[in-house]
Parts: sequence; C-alpha cells; structure tokens
Amino acid sequence: MYRESPIIRWRRYPERYRLEGNKCTQCSKIYFPKAYLCECSSKKFEPHQLKPRGKILTYTEIKSSPEEFSEMTPYCVAIIELDEGPKITTQIADCDVSEIKIGDEVEMIFRKFLASGDEGIIHYGFKFKKVEENTSLNLKN
Amino acid sequence: MKIGIIGVGATKFGELWRYGIKDLLAESQLLALEDAGLSERDIDMIVTGNMCSSTFSGQSHLGSMASEILNINVPSIRVEAACASGSVAIRQGIHAINSGEADIVMVNGVEKMTDVQTRQATTGLMGAGDEEWEGTQGLTFCGLYAMMARAYMHKYSLTREQLALVSVKNHKHATLNPIAHFHNEITVDQVINSSIIADPLTLLDCSPITDGSASIILASEEVAKKCEKPVWIIGSGQANDTLSLHARKSLTEITATTQAVQRALLQAKIGIDKVDVTEVHDCFSIAEVMAIEDLGLIPRGEAGKIMEEGQTYFDGKIPINSCGGLKACGHPIGATGIKQAWEIVKQLRGEAGKRQVKGAQIGLTHNVGGTGSTVVVHVFSR
Repeated sequence: MYRESPIIRWRRYPERYRLEGNKCTQCSKIYFPKAYLCECSSKKFEPHQLKPRGKILTYTEIKSSPEEFSEMTPYCVAIIELDEGPKITTQIADCDVSEIKIGDEVEMIFRKFLASGDEGIIHYGFKFKKVEENTSLNLKN
Repeated sequence: MKIGIIGVGATKFGELWRYGIKDLLAESQLLALEDAGLSERDIDMIVTGNMCSSTFSGQSHLGSMASEILNINVPSIRVEAACASGSVAIRQGIHAINSGEADIVMVNGVEKMTDVQTRQATTGLMGAGDEEWEGTQGLTFCGLYAMMARAYMHKYSLTREQLALVSVKNHKHATLNPIAHFHNEITVDQVINSSIIADPLTLLDCSPITDGSASIILASEEVAKKCEKPVWIIGSGQANDTLSLHARKSLTEITATTQAVQRALLQAKIGIDKVDVTEVHDCFSIAEVMAIEDLGLIPRGEAGKIMEEGQTYFDGKIPINSCGGLKACGHPIGATGIKQAWEIVKQLRGEAGKRQVKGAQIGLTHNVGGTGSTVVVHVFSR
C-alpha cells in the first residue's frame, strides 16, 4: 500500500538520490536524514550533501523478506557510519555476504529498488557497495 | 505508589483460526472479571493495548469494541506502542487511578495476527521501526535484531550455540504453561539448523506469529486492600529512544531498558537483586541476552556463560521467562505486556503450577517496543 506510493518516494529524492542531509549553522553537526532540532537546541540548518563513503558497523543477510522485496531476496542490509558521522541503514549491493566484515569500507551507488503498483513505477535510491582496493588506487591516481 | 492487580485472565495463545479479535478480547476480559469476582459494572475505565488491528483485521477503534463486549459505556481507549503496547496500556491504567478519575481499570492487550499471510505480517510489524529509513531498505524486524546479534557477538564472546540456549530454555518452560503456543521441547542443534531468516538468526531464534488476548484488572490501594489476594505494582518506569536502530549510540545494549529499570526500581525502592522472577522481552533470542544484561541481572558480556550453567531456568538462580517467553508462549504483539503481568501475578500468588518459582515475592516485567524505542519495566510484589 504505502510502499508502492510514488509520492512518498518523490518527497525524499534529495536524500535518496544524492544523500542530502542537513547541517546545523550554529554547531556544524551534520545530520542524515535531516534533523528538525539540533542537539544544541538550534533550529537553523542548511542543506548538506554527505560524502558517499562510510564503514560497516553491522550487517545481516535477509532470507525471509517483506512481500515487496521478494524478487531480490536474499539481500544484504547493513548499518554503516558515514565518514562525516551520521549512521544509516542501507542495502549492500554486488556482494557475496560471506566476504563482508564489520569495518569494511563502502561507497554509495545509485540503484533500482522496486517496481511497484499497476504501472510498475520504478523506485530508485542509494545502496552501498564494498570499496575495491583497485578503485581506491584509481581514486588516488 | 501502590496499585493492586485484583484479577487476571488470558486466552490460549496460538493460531486460533476460529476466533476473531472480538472473541479473543471478550474471553480474556470475562476471565479477568471472574478471577476478580467483579461485575462488569464495577469497571470505571478500559485501556486496550494493540498494535496492528487496523492493518491485520481492518478494525480500528478497539476502545469501543472492548466496552461494547461488557455492555458498559465508561471511557475506553486503545493505546499503541508497537510490541510494548500492553505495558504502556498498564501505565495508562495506573495514571487513571492515580489521577483519581478511576478506582478500577480493566487493562487488555490483544492481537489477531493469523488472518494475514506471514509476508504481510512481516511488513505490518516493520511499522514498529522507522518505515522511511529502515523499512524501505528491505529490512525486517528479524533483520534488525540479527544486526544487533552480529554486533554483540563481534564485541563479546557469545557463541552461536550459547545464543540458541535462550530458545531451548523457553520451549522447555512453555511445556509447563497450559496457555503457551508451543508445547514441544527443542535442542540447540535444531535451533542452529532451522532455516535462516536473517543471518545469524534462524527460525527458532524468532518469536512466532500468534493470536491471543490477556487482561488484568487494576485497582486503587484502598479497593485492592479489601480483595482476597492482590498483587501490587510497586514500580512503573518507561523510557524511549530513537525510532531507528541506526541512530542509537550503541548497537549492543538497549539504553531505554537501563533507564526504564532505574525509574521503576527507584519507585519500588528496591534493588534489582531483590527480584525473584523476571519476564523479559525475548522477541528474538538475542533480545533476551541483551535484556538480562541491560536490566542489571547479570554482568555485561556474561550471558553466554550464565545460560550454559542453566541459571535462567525457572528453578535456577535467575529465573527468566517462566511462561515460555515470547518465543514459546507466543507473541501476540499487543497482548505480550499484559501476559507478562499475568505470569508474574500467577507466580506471586503461587498459582504457576509446574513452573512455579519457589517462594517468589518480587517480580519484574520488561516489555520492548521496536528495537528498544519504547521500553517499559514494572516491578510487582506480593
């Protein structure tokens, strides 16, 4: 029902498409998803696009999934800590779960989530994947 | 504060195909009235804890359903706090009595879960987490607790075999409880080798999808004193935390539990060491491990060893979940908190039969909503 709603997804495009959170203009604390009230009690924020890198704090492989996700089951879900501080829940794509470890470095990728409803509207958003050693070298070059 | 529990009732827990939500609610309410020796006209207010009736049965407005069953028109409300709905309902009953508006309050917990398919139930239950930032990532509740289990096992030396002991013990206890969903014993091997739901948790690490209803009748001290065998609520504490698991400071402990138990014990003016029998929220095996540590019943990181020594059996040093827990007595979401109180009342009255904890004087319940977003702790005395 609600998971098929394109409106719910559309409302969060900045977050889902480019990891846009917000940053307190008083104390500079960064939030994702956006906060309404800062821990320092300030209500003044500016949009902040987070760096798309982080590390895995914990993870699981979902073998029994909610109905909307049955096509892609099994899949890996993790809690990661982004380099700039916020922690988020995300799918880890393109991985063999047996090769995932707590502490692994991951980077954001843009992926298809679901095709839903009668019209099969496709929902996209962030997932993460393990940073390959080669990729890191390439980035340095 | 002293609130009396003067009557309790619970339906059989299980897959009750023949019974709808109203049948269940009626049975537990009438059993509680009978147990208390009261007429329905003695009830001043009704509070019903429930999470998913709107999603699973298309029925909201359980307040009116509960009062209609009793043919009375007193104030009657439904409260929701995910899996902690039952205990939060008890707290609203306590508040009503303490405010002076009511002397006698019927508190119910009910959930009818088997009218929908398991996948639909899984989706509905995810409403206890953060739908926008956890649910939409394809996470399930088992997945959330699996991530806590992984983090815990990474930090402390808890083995897969030790974790399985939670379910083995709770199934043993359930064989001694007539209302329990399951009456079969299981082994460590069976737990480890049952199908994986969310790695590292298997089917037998998970509480089942259960129908059931439980009711307790609360009364002011003045009224309860005149009753035959009241059990007293001497402490009630609640704490809340973030809706999502990822926003927490720790993934290996539930801070709201430590805060709620402190608040409840402060009210009760006793230490945790005085508690004789405890019901904890074992929605998944790892939840019981973390609960007994967060409550301060055992030192942090030592659950594995203590469970191996058999200390958490009903006849051990730290009896946990003598009714079979959520795992084996069953987990009809809204009913769970009330059933925990029901079990403690049975234990403190000495009516727990084959699973009786000898000489139990003080009991404690621990009821969790979501991944620790709401936690309620109650302390009871004879």
